[in-house]
Amino acid sequence: MILAAAYIWDFGLVLSYTHLWAKGLGVTLAYSVGTVVGGMIIGVICGLLLLVRSRWVTLPVHYYVEIFRCTPLLVQIVWFYYALPIVLQVELPDWFAAGLGLTLYMGAFATEIFRGGIISIDKGQWQASRALGMTGGELMRHIILPQATKRMVPPFVNQSIIQLKNTSLLYVVAIPDLMYTGSIIVSDTFRPLEVYTSVAIAYFVILYPLTLWAARLEARVDQ
Amino acid sequence: MTSSGEVMVKAEGLRKSYGTVEAVRGVSLEVDRGQVVVVIGPSGCGKSTFLRCINLLEEPSAGTLQVGDRRIDFGAHHGRQGRSMPHGRELARFRARIGMVFQQFDLFPHMTALQNVMSGPVIVKKMAKAEAETVARDLLAKVGLAALTHRFPRNLSGGQQQRVAIARAMAMAPEIMLFDEVTSALDPELVGEVLDVMKQLATDGTTMIVVTHEMAFARDVADQVLVMDAGQVVEQGRAEEVLLRPKNPRTASFLSRFHSTIGERKA
Repeated sequence: MILAAAYIWDFGLVLSYTHLWAKGLGVTLAYSVGTVVGGMIIGVICGLLLLVRSRWVTLPVHYYVEIFRCTPLLVQIVWFYYALPIVLQVELPDWFAAGLGLTLYMGAFATEIFRGGIISIDKGQWQASRALGMTGGELMRHIILPQATKRMVPPFVNQSIIQLKNTSLLYVVAIPDLMYTGSIIVSDTFRPLEVYTSVAIAYFVILYPLTLWAARLEARVDQ
Repeated sequence: MTSSGEVMVKAEGLRKSYGTVEAVRGVSLEVDRGQVVVVIGPSGCGKSTFLRCINLLEEPSAGTLQVGDRRIDFGAHHGRQGRSMPHGRELARFRARIGMVFQQFDLFPHMTALQNVMSGPVIVKKMAKAEAETVARDLLAKVGLAALTHRFPRNLSGGQQQRVAIARAMAMAPEIMLFDEVTSALDPELVGEVLDVMKQLATDGTTMIVVTHEMAFARDVADQVLVMDAGQVVEQGRAEEVLLRPKNPRTASFLSRFHSTIGERKA
């Protein structure tokens, strides 16, 4: 009690590290955008592969998705950062090795979102398109995807929000994101309360508007 | 409703099984140009499956199917090197010549009535949009929907949606039209408008195979009636013969449920 009462908040010192904060924020945003875009590309490719009728194609994709859904992201990041270079016998740039786990993790969820969007389309749409004489590509492009993408957007935005938070795990491989930057400033100032509060506020300020936007998107799709 | 003798569809011993269940057990049928064939029978008798075999939405397990000049043999006797079922673009091209209308309409919800009708010519035939629009407008006028071309399906009644679906199939200028219980999902008061459109198509000389429970339609429009039960044809012949003087006891018992409808015009 005495300790708490005696504590004098001082954000001034902590916030004076403007340059570091800006850099940390930039790294967080860069990894968020990069891994989301990368994951989305993986998701579209793997999602389409899941629609192929051959088990030789769908099974590997299925295992990829399940491996990344059923292991902790923290373990994935560490494994790709420290273990993969040993397996491959190559030097990977740090920034790349660090982002690999995050990207593949996002890719696994994006695959599920993409597949879910496609199979949510009524089977009557497929048979009507086929009966008209459309090929698989034509019915996908003109009939299924235009309807499915609308349904994929809200879960995709939600997953992207989670992904931005997940970039804070890069802390463990010393990538100078918002979180890691915070820890550096703490060691410099011995002000963990102000620093980590600031970190939390930064994440919140970015993500809260995004969640509001996601909710609006969802409402629009439900119409 | 007149036939010129040119065979449009010929099925011989067509079979379709799902695992150990045989839904269609050797059905043969010959449809001449301009003929209207009505297929009736109790639910689950395989009539819809048979219809879906004709445009290969279902792959027959055995038998022979001929549509126009394209003849396909199915089944084991065919050997492994001759792949009987067409694939990919070849399959798509086969289906493009056959129009089909479904029980649940299955209009494309992200397109207006006009775009729905244009979809086949534009996407499949790569017809110029302006030309496809002319075709589509004519067809929508023909089914009585000239005023509703820019409505989306969700803003149309069931009967209107089904008429758009008929126009959509007709836009491909198909050689034959298949109708799969197209009035079964409609409110009773909307059935008439759809049947009227179908009667008009029949009068215009469209070759049609119609799976339906509408006995009055069968009586008035069909050149040939096929009665199916348990995957087989139990009776086949001219509409008045089959509907009014069935020879097979199973046909008679099935039809007895509809006798008020079939007889009503005789008064």
